[in-house]
Amino acid sequence: MAIVSYREAIRSTLIEEMDRDLTIVLLGEEIGLYQGTFRVTADLLARYGPGRVIDTPTSETGFVGAAIGMAMLGLRPVVEMMTWNFSLVALDQIVNNAAKIRYFSGGQVDIPLVIRGPNGAGVQLSAQHSQSLEAIYAHIPGLHVVTPATPAEAKGLLRTAIRGNDPVIFLENAALYGSKGEVPEGEFVVPFGAADVARSGSDVTIVAYSRMLAAALEAAEYLAGEGVEAEVINLRTLRPLDRGTLVASVKRTHRAVVVQEQWRPFGTAAEIAATIAEGAFDALDAPVERVTGADVPMPYARNLELLALPNAEDIVRAVARTLYREIKTPSERSSGGQSDG
Amino acid sequence: MADLRSVLSWYRRMVLVRRFEEETERAFRRGKIGGYLHVYSGQEAVAAGFISAMREDDICFTSYRDHAFALLRGAPPGAVMAELYGKATGLARGKGGSMHLFDVGRGFYGGYGIVGGHIPLALGAAYALRYQGSDRVCLCFLGDGAMNTGAFHESLNMAGLWGQTGQCPLVLIVENNGYAMGTSVARSSAVTDLAARFTAYAIPCERVDGMDFLAVRLAAERAIAETRTSGRPTAVEAITYRFAGHGAADVVQPYRSKEEVDQARRRDPIPTLEGHLHAAGLLDDAAMAAIREEAEQAVLAAVRYAEESPAPPPESLYADVYADTYGGEA
Ligand SMILES: Cc1ncc(C[n+]2csc(CCOP(=O)(O)OP(=O)(O)O)c2C)c(N)n1
Ligand SMILES: [Mg+2]
Repeated sequence: MAIVSYREAIRSTLIEEMDRDLTIVLLGEEIGLYQGTFRVTADLLARYGPGRVIDTPTSETGFVGAAIGMAMLGLRPVVEMMTWNFSLVALDQIVNNAAKIRYFSGGQVDIPLVIRGPNGAGVQLSAQHSQSLEAIYAHIPGLHVVTPATPAEAKGLLRTAIRGNDPVIFLENAALYGSKGEVPEGEFVVPFGAADVARSGSDVTIVAYSRMLAAALEAAEYLAGEGVEAEVINLRTLRPLDRGTLVASVKRTHRAVVVQEQWRPFGTAAEIAATIAEGAFDALDAPVERVTGADVPMPYARNLELLALPNAEDIVRAVARTLYREIKTPSERSSGGQSDG
Repeated sequence: MADLRSVLSWYRRMVLVRRFEEETERAFRRGKIGGYLHVYSGQEAVAAGFISAMREDDICFTSYRDHAFALLRGAPPGAVMAELYGKATGLARGKGGSMHLFDVGRGFYGGYGIVGGHIPLALGAAYALRYQGSDRVCLCFLGDGAMNTGAFHESLNMAGLWGQTGQCPLVLIVENNGYAMGTSVARSSAVTDLAARFTAYAIPCERVDGMDFLAVRLAAERAIAETRTSGRPTAVEAITYRFAGHGAADVVQPYRSKEEVDQARRRDPIPTLEGHLHAAGLLDDAAMAAIREEAEQAVLAAVRYAEESPAPPPESLYADVYADTYGGEA
C-alpha cells in the first residue's frame, strides 16, 4: 500500500476516474489556471483542457445549477466548492433542484453530481469562513452526505460518489489535506452507509467523523492508559447513516459519546443520540454525551477559537461522565492534577 | 417557414391547450386539482411558435406555468391531466403536480417552482449537448419576473462566456406577460428595456409580438438556427399577456384593470392565427368547428382518464428519492 496525502488521494481519484470516463467534467472557481485554492486540482487543466476543467466566475448559484443541468443530460460533473461556506449561496440549487428533481419528475432523470470541497474550521478564519454545515445537508432527502476522515476513505468514497447516480455532498476538511495514510492500490472503493470501527473497545463507544476522528482516536489512546477501552466508530457517511453499527456497538459498551465540530443544537450528534436512544435504550448505562463546537459564530482570536472547537480533552471528560468516574485529562495530569481536590 | 399547411397542426394544438386550461380551472374549482394552478391562456403563441420550430431531439425547460409545454411536445393530455389530479398515471406518477410536469422522453426537462431557479439548469444542459458532440439546442423559457433573480444574471454571464467558444447552444425566451404575480415590469425593473439585460452579457435579443404565432415562429427559427450553428446563446423577448389570474387563487387582481385585460383579449393569439389561416384559404368555419370539437373530445377524454386513474400506491411514497441504494439508512 502506498502512503499518500488526503489531497493527493482526492486528486489521483479525479484523474483515474476522468481517464476512464469522458462524461466527467470539473467545474469551480480557481480550479484550473490557479491550480485549485487547496491545489486539489493542480495540473488538471493542462491534462484535460478547458472543456473538462471549467474555471467559473464567482457564481455559486450559476455553476452549481449548471452542473445539475449537465447531470440531467448524462454528464458526471464534479463541482469544487472553494469552501462549503460559499455553498449557502447555492443552497437553492442544491436543495430545491439537485435533491428533488428525481423525485418530482417521477424518476425520469438521475442527477449524478458530486459537490466537493473543505468543510469546517480552518485557523483564525473567523465567523463566515469556519462553518461545519453537514447537518444542513444531511437533513435533506435526495442527497448523500459523505465525510471522509482518512486518505483511503477520501479515495474510496470519492470513487463511489463519482460512479453513483445521485447528488453527493462530499465534505473534505482543509486541516486534513496534508495528512497522510495508507491507500490500497487499484480500483479501491468504500461504499456509502458502512461505518468503520476505527478502534475496538468494550467500555464506551465514541462516535466521530471527518477531522474529529483524529481527536476521538487520541482520546481513546489516552483513555487506554487510564484503563478505559473505548470503541471508536468513524461514520464515513452521514446520509446514508449506518445505524446498525452504531446501535450494535452501544449494546456492547452501554455508553456513548458523540463528537462533532458543528454547533450543538439540531446537529449530527443529536441525530445519533436519538438513533442510539431508539435502538439501544435498554442497554444504556448513562445518558449519551455530546461533544460539540461552541454555540457561537466562530471568533477570530486564536485562544477563543480553540475554546470553540472540540478536542481530545473534551472527549476524555465526556467519557468520564458516562462512566461516572474521575479521569484526569492529559493537561490536568501535566499540570499536577489538582482537580482531584 | 416550412409552409402554412404545417401551421394548421399547431393551430390545432393551440386550441387544445386553451381548452385544456379551461378544464383545469374548472377541475380546480371542483376540488379535483390541488395546490397551485397557473394556466397559460393568452400565451399560447409563444410556446407553440418556439416548440414548432424545435427539432424532435432538442430540449426545453420552463417555469411552473408549464402545462402547454408538455402538451405541445406531445405528451398525452390524459397523462398531463392525471398528473394535475395527483394520479399514478400522471407524467410524474403524481409526485410533481401542476408545477413539475416532465416528459424527458419528449425532450421536456420540466417545470420548476422556484422563480429563476431553472435557468442555470438549462445553461448546463446546453453545455452538455455540445460537449456530447451534438448540434441539439436547449430552449429556456422564463418570465419577466425571473429576470430579477440572481440565478438569471449568473447564468446569462456564464452563457455569454461559454458562447465565446461555441459551447452554449442555449435559446432564452422571455415571456413578458407584463407581470410577476401582481408586480408589473415597471414596478420591478429599474430598466424596463429587458433586452438590455441580454446585450449586457453579449447575448443578442430580438423582441417579437408574442400574440402572433407566425411572428414568434419566424423569430424562433432565426434564434434556433443561429444558436445551432454558432453554439452561442440567443434571446427573444416575446411580448404577451396572461388572460387568467397569476394562479387559480388570484381572483380579485387588484393590480390590473378589467379594461386592460379586455384590451389584451382583443389580441388573443388564437383568433389572430385563425385570421392568418383564413386569409390563406386554409381554414373555414366548418374546419374551425371540427378542430374545436376535436379539442373538446380530447380534453373530456383526458378528464375521464384522470378521474378513473388510481391514486399513487402508498408504497410509492419512498420511491425515486435516490437512484442508488446502499447499506445504512437514508
Ligand atoms: C424564488 C421565488 N420567489 C417567489 C416565488 C413566488 N412567485 C411565484 S410566481 C412569481 C412571479 C413570477 O413572475 P414571472 O417570472 O413573470 O412569471 P409568470 O408568472 O408571469 O409566468 C412569484 C414571485 C417563487 N415561486 N420563487
Ligand atoms: Mg410574468
